[in-house]
Amino acid sequence: MNTLMTFLRITWKSTSGRISLSIFGACLVLAVIGPWIAPYSPSDRLYDDAGKLLRLSPPTWDNLLGTTVLGRDVFSQMLWGARTAMLVGLLTALGTVVIGLNFGLIAGYFGGRIDAILMRITDILLGLPFLPFIIVLLSLTDRNIWTIILAMTFVMWRSTARIVRAEVMSLRQRQFVASARTTGASDVDILYREIAPNVMPLAVTSITFALAWAIITEASIGFLGFGDPNVFSWGSIIYDAYASQMMYRAPWWVVPPGVAIMVLVTSVYFMGRAYEEVINPRLQERM
Amino acid sequence: MSAFWFRRLWQTVLTLLTMLTLMFFMFRMLPGDPMATVISPALYPKAQETLRIQFGLDKPLWEQYFVYLKNLAVFDFGLSFHTGRPVADEISGRLLNTILLVFPSMIAAYGLGALVGAIVGWRRGSKIETVLVFLSTSLQSAPVFWLSMLAILFFSIRLDLFPIGHIVSPGMFPEENWRMYFSADFLHHLALPFMVNTLYQFCFPFLLMRSSILATVGEDYIELAKMKGLTDRRVLYHHAMRNSLLPLATTLPMTLGWAVAGSVVIETVFSWPGLGLLMVEAVGRSDYPVVQAAFLLIAVLTVAGTLIADLLYTLLDPRIVNE
Repeated sequence: MNTLMTFLRITWKSTSGRISLSIFGACLVLAVIGPWIAPYSPSDRLYDDAGKLLRLSPPTWDNLLGTTVLGRDVFSQMLWGARTAMLVGLLTALGTVVIGLNFGLIAGYFGGRIDAILMRITDILLGLPFLPFIIVLLSLTDRNIWTIILAMTFVMWRSTARIVRAEVMSLRQRQFVASARTTGASDVDILYREIAPNVMPLAVTSITFALAWAIITEASIGFLGFGDPNVFSWGSIIYDAYASQMMYRAPWWVVPPGVAIMVLVTSVYFMGRAYEEVINPRLQERM
Repeated sequence: MSAFWFRRLWQTVLTLLTMLTLMFFMFRMLPGDPMATVISPALYPKAQETLRIQFGLDKPLWEQYFVYLKNLAVFDFGLSFHTGRPVADEISGRLLNTILLVFPSMIAAYGLGALVGAIVGWRRGSKIETVLVFLSTSLQSAPVFWLSMLAILFFSIRLDLFPIGHIVSPGMFPEENWRMYFSADFLHHLALPFMVNTLYQFCFPFLLMRSSILATVGEDYIELAKMKGLTDRRVLYHHAMRNSLLPLATTLPMTLGWAVAGSVVIETVFSWPGLGLLMVEAVGRSDYPVVQAAFLLIAVLTVAGTLIADLLYTLLDPRIVNE
């Protein structure tokens, strides 16, 4: 919680940080209230006054972003998709950082055999082709959103663990660790009370990367047709448009979800950078 | 030195072996039953039993595992469930297609990124810098399949400049052979995915080179070069850029490996007959021997990338081996 407040305060200092935080915040709000303010149910087939199915209707006041080939409201689907993107992104980022942080802390602090084993595991995961692995996994299990989140988390903590470990290895030589030890602090105390707060900035930066990656990957999975069939996501909207072969006739169907992903992920990247510039004085000096 | 290389090589072998094992057991332990596509549960129990013996599935799992390893050692990936042909035949041409799609565009992205990043970093604080950083980040943030679809929409359908997909025009080369790759038709098909992937991958090398150049600006040898009276350009291209290229050179093989893994998406949009598309199609047809083989080849490329990256690093910057 404290880390979150610090993150917000630091990021808010720069213009790009303020803009990206606002965009991200807006998306978050939409993700929470979206399904309530959506004018239609995303899977409802809409008919016009004459009782004809509204197939591929261009944007109108009733359907802000037009309709799909099945007469569904694109705008409502987009709002539901925002919830999916945020849910997948935030949960995956959280899982990634919790696992990565702990593995990194333990490997870096204890070193020796524990370090060797943990680092071999990350080596193997680093060699794992990310998207193909998730596709294979999804093809063998249930295609639902929780499997997608778990599969992504399972692979993505590898880089966080590496970054944190390297930092911990240099931190554990420092004076404050030695002085904590002389006061009789246990390993756990030193690790989580003395060292962990110092690697938090790194963890926060890796959260933003994980968030960005998770959102894009979830969209890719949806586009390849391996998404959760019961959930509307921006990737699956694009997949539906692509699969119907109507996308070239209905730009209102295929452009908005792509733009949404692009805007959201860009804001995440800039948020991370705005934070890093303040945290890392070396970067700041160069700017 | 040689001890370091030996250890690194051994780790790579270990990584691949673990991945193989993981794959093997994943396909056999997870709830979905891959064999249901070949041995239909609707068959008589007797017939099912016969088929099971034929495929060697009556043997214990560990025995199957060793047979699997033995076959892999001689590049025998089994038979495709879908076509009945050896998987090795199905897959051999696909590897080359993926490499031809991914490698040139990645190298172009790195070349372009290095050049633009160096110039922009050298004159920091310019308007162009801000615009380029924003543009490249947005491009990287967009889903690549969506960018590809927009490119097809605009360049292929609106302007009719490029074909919509595939590697050559249908019927041009009834028998796929090496001649295909030297035709203008092939290059015409490659052009659009090449451009999209180059722009998409531009961001990482661009930002890396920019910060790498920024770090050299204050260095003594740059000051010295300037004091010698060399032109600004000469200092940039002959002194600053050379040293700043190190992080780019060492990350290239690794990102190449990742790009191969990510090419699944771009191949699907452009119907490019590479490894990624083959894998996605095979998953859709429950053709598991093909899925396994395609996945393994992609993994080998990824792992090889990381290995080469490490080795390059020790070659270009010998300081780091002394650990």
